[in-house]
Amino acid sequence: MSTAASPPVLEGRSVSKGYRLPTGEAIQALDAVSVEVPRGTLTALVGPDGAGKTTLIRLSAGLISVDSGTLSVLGENVARHPERVQERLGYMPQRFGLYEDLTVGENLDLYADMHGVTAAERSARYPRLLGMTALEPFTRRLAGQLSGGMKQKLGLACTLVRSPELLLLDEPTVGVDPLSRRDLWAIITQLVREQGLTVLVSTSYLNEAERCDRSIVLREGKLLAQGPPTEVSELALGRVFLVQPPAGQSARSLQARLIDDPGIVDAVPEGGQVRVVTPGESGKDLAAGIALRGLEVAAAEPMFEDGFMTLLRSTPGEGLAAAGSMTLERPHHALREDVVVSVRELVRRFGSFVAVDRVSFEVRSGEIFGLLGPNGAGKTTTFRMLCGLLPASSGTLRVAGMDLRKARASARQRIGYVAQKFSLYGQLSVSENLEFFASAYGLHRRRRRERIAWALEEFELERMIRLPSGQLPGGYRQRLAMAIALLHEPEILFLDEPTSGADPLARREFWRRITALAEQGVTIIVTTHFMVEAEYCDRVAIMDAGRVLAQGTPAEVRGWTGAEPGHALTMEDAFIRIVESARGQATSRSEHAGGAA
Amino acid sequence: MIESILRILALTRKELLAVLKDPRGRLTLFVPPIFQCLIYGYVASYDLNDVPFAVLDRDHSAASRDLIARLDGSRNFHRQAGLFRNQDATRWIDDRRVLLVISIDQDFERRLMLGQSAEIQLLADGRNSNTAGTAAGYVSAIIAEFNAAWRAAHGLAGMPVQVSLRAWFNPNLETRWHMIPSLIGTLTLLQTLLLTAMSVAREREEGTLDQLLVSPFRPIEVMAGKALPSVLIGIVQATNILLVAQLWFRIPFEGSYLTLYTGLTVFLLSAVGVGLLVSAISATMQQAMLYSFLVMMPFALLSGLATPISSMPETLQQFTRLNPLRYAIEIAERVYLEGAGLKLLAPDLWPLAGIALGTLLLASWMFRHRVA
Repeated sequence: MSTAASPPVLEGRSVSKGYRLPTGEAIQALDAVSVEVPRGTLTALVGPDGAGKTTLIRLSAGLISVDSGTLSVLGENVARHPERVQERLGYMPQRFGLYEDLTVGENLDLYADMHGVTAAERSARYPRLLGMTALEPFTRRLAGQLSGGMKQKLGLACTLVRSPELLLLDEPTVGVDPLSRRDLWAIITQLVREQGLTVLVSTSYLNEAERCDRSIVLREGKLLAQGPPTEVSELALGRVFLVQPPAGQSARSLQARLIDDPGIVDAVPEGGQVRVVTPGESGKDLAAGIALRGLEVAAAEPMFEDGFMTLLRSTPGEGLAAAGSMTLERPHHALREDVVVSVRELVRRFGSFVAVDRVSFEVRSGEIFGLLGPNGAGKTTTFRMLCGLLPASSGTLRVAGMDLRKARASARQRIGYVAQKFSLYGQLSVSENLEFFASAYGLHRRRRRERIAWALEEFELERMIRLPSGQLPGGYRQRLAMAIALLHEPEILFLDEPTSGADPLARREFWRRITALAEQGVTIIVTTHFMVEAEYCDRVAIMDAGRVLAQGTPAEVRGWTGAEPGHALTMEDAFIRIVESARGQATSRSEHAGGAA
Repeated sequence: MIESILRILALTRKELLAVLKDPRGRLTLFVPPIFQCLIYGYVASYDLNDVPFAVLDRDHSAASRDLIARLDGSRNFHRQAGLFRNQDATRWIDDRRVLLVISIDQDFERRLMLGQSAEIQLLADGRNSNTAGTAAGYVSAIIAEFNAAWRAAHGLAGMPVQVSLRAWFNPNLETRWHMIPSLIGTLTLLQTLLLTAMSVAREREEGTLDQLLVSPFRPIEVMAGKALPSVLIGIVQATNILLVAQLWFRIPFEGSYLTLYTGLTVFLLSAVGVGLLVSAISATMQQAMLYSFLVMMPFALLSGLATPISSMPETLQQFTRLNPLRYAIEIAERVYLEGAGLKLLAPDLWPLAGIALGTLLLASWMFRHRVA
């Protein structure tokens, strides 16, 4: 660990950095931030979208320079001598520049050549890097054919081809499945513990900060907290409770009520209960006391996320959008038992590759159904088939009683679809996008005006109405996409990775809207790789490598692998176990087959 | 049906908004064709002016001076020097100082006086065969004039046959008169094709096509909504070129605008059809751009714009029948210079309509089987 005597590897004093958006709006990405990263530590940089995480990392890497203040890295003033600093650090941006048409080995060679690593150094380092990242068996595979997690590992290996003194990682685990995330963290921790490397890593997964020695919490360019992560967790000490929903009420609807309550800091569903953070310690807080009256409440250990939410909510002006008012003009009153989506033995092949392998599931009216799985599991392919965008190779699928690929155009009036990637017209303004899609769904004159006014109000988009949608901040893009999918009040809503890249606040807001819609009878099918979000779903299916490995209610899935009594398994643990055991079986099966051949 | 039309109109409006909202977009759509038209009008001309030439006059007689004066008097020629030796003639051509050397023998006038035929030697720089040929043609014409004048002045009988050329539709046989009306089709083809192909490819690349296809839009409506704005923009571009032709180059328009625009609309529909075909086979915007230029090249070469179709090899002449640009150039030229009506243009309009229908149907079939 760090020795108090040695100076910090990275030290910023009142660092400020501003940008001007194409619209002319000025953004203060960092506002007089003073931070330090001691030698030999693992430091997490956390904060919502637009907090200034990437800006701080790019400043440290000498890619941009400060407006005011000083930033010294490895004892050098980065602004003055960026090249001296760059020689000694490793930097992995959010999208690492792998050459997808080169093999794993060729990518490593390329980066080694670029940094002038000698042949002797290579033969010493390559086996270590490949062993650590478990990429040894794949050195001849094209980088473009690796999974998302393996690509990130290769990126990390390329960053480490020469031994840097400081490693800067910008959201290395975003969009990576839980198994690969666990592996990546193991590698990073090993680098710090065994090789004495100093690492600064930004992340939007708050529970990842708990593994670090220190955390730096940023929000809208300002420093909120800095120090060991336990300091942040302890902000919520004595204020975290697990609340049992009363009989007949789901954890989700209790959570929906509690998160809207001004007397509550945070509420998320967890393991069939609701995890609640109150503003003061129990008993001392009147408002929270009223909110929780009559409920079975048990104190719980605070986690980093609880402290983080306490920090955010204690700063004025921070609240969730009033999503609770999300009301449809025409609630759907279908019977809960009606099956609205049914998928049987669905298969999709691309050449010899089977992207979706005999997938079957059913979704009933008014349900929230979650498709969970790592990138490349086949979730999006399944989705595209359901929406009629891709023909199935075999199997049957029915959405609202029809195959959308063959159904008449009017049938599509009944579904709403939000793609994984932002897919609205970037050059057109918010209102032009809304008007176009309103016409696409046959909304005219008064009805159109009403629906657009509804969308602008529900999603708080009035302020942005003239802005080209491509220039909207991330969270607002998501809202616009949702608003457009809901303009025609569909009965079934398809959401593909809606929360990918969203910060904790935006995710809570999003789920608040989704649960409100489900209450009104909208059937929702959602894919996600945030395992904790499965808790919001009525039922989930876990997918990996094109197959459904487990499905049922969140409680059933958590119990699937047989949790030890007294120890509640989190959704993420359950997922890792299910996928690992399925992959283990697959390998042993193929080994048997290999032995027989 | 009404819903369907409203959707197509909504998409058309969105397309126009997307292209025209950005001032740069407006600029790149409408300014380049005007510039290209001006450049073609001035540069792409087979007419020669101020051909540099030299004279090796060994006769120094009244007759030889008269002949040289006729050359000097033509605006096609510009005399650079009078030479004295044969070697000079070679050197001046080698150095590209002159394109032609006219060498007159010392007995030129004497032979003419005797009523014999006299010879003039014409040395031309054949490194550019086109230019040399054209210049030689000009010289022959001037010598023919000289002959006629000589005969008249010396009381000899006139030439047995006098060729009197009157070029219809283009009295001065200016290349520009042929070139500019042809550009109406040529320049709008590239832009329309590219615009259509790119707009579909962009939607595919940015994922907005999926968003359209999960809405009640039918594939055929998406195609119609893509075709309509491209045709509209193509018509505006064609109008701009038409205005340059008349207001700037002052080429008189003989025909009816209704006829011209009818022909243009059919042509633009076939250009859009080709654009949609290109977009159906390309996965990215880059591919769409590449393929557009790839098909544009043979279209331009096999159109009769630069070289006459009748002088192409027989097989390639057959290919020109599939080229919408061939018909567009024919129609534009005939309406513009001849004032041809729809009836006269039928042999061009029918194949063009066939190409439009064929490409649009094929593109819609491919579109449905690829994306939907």
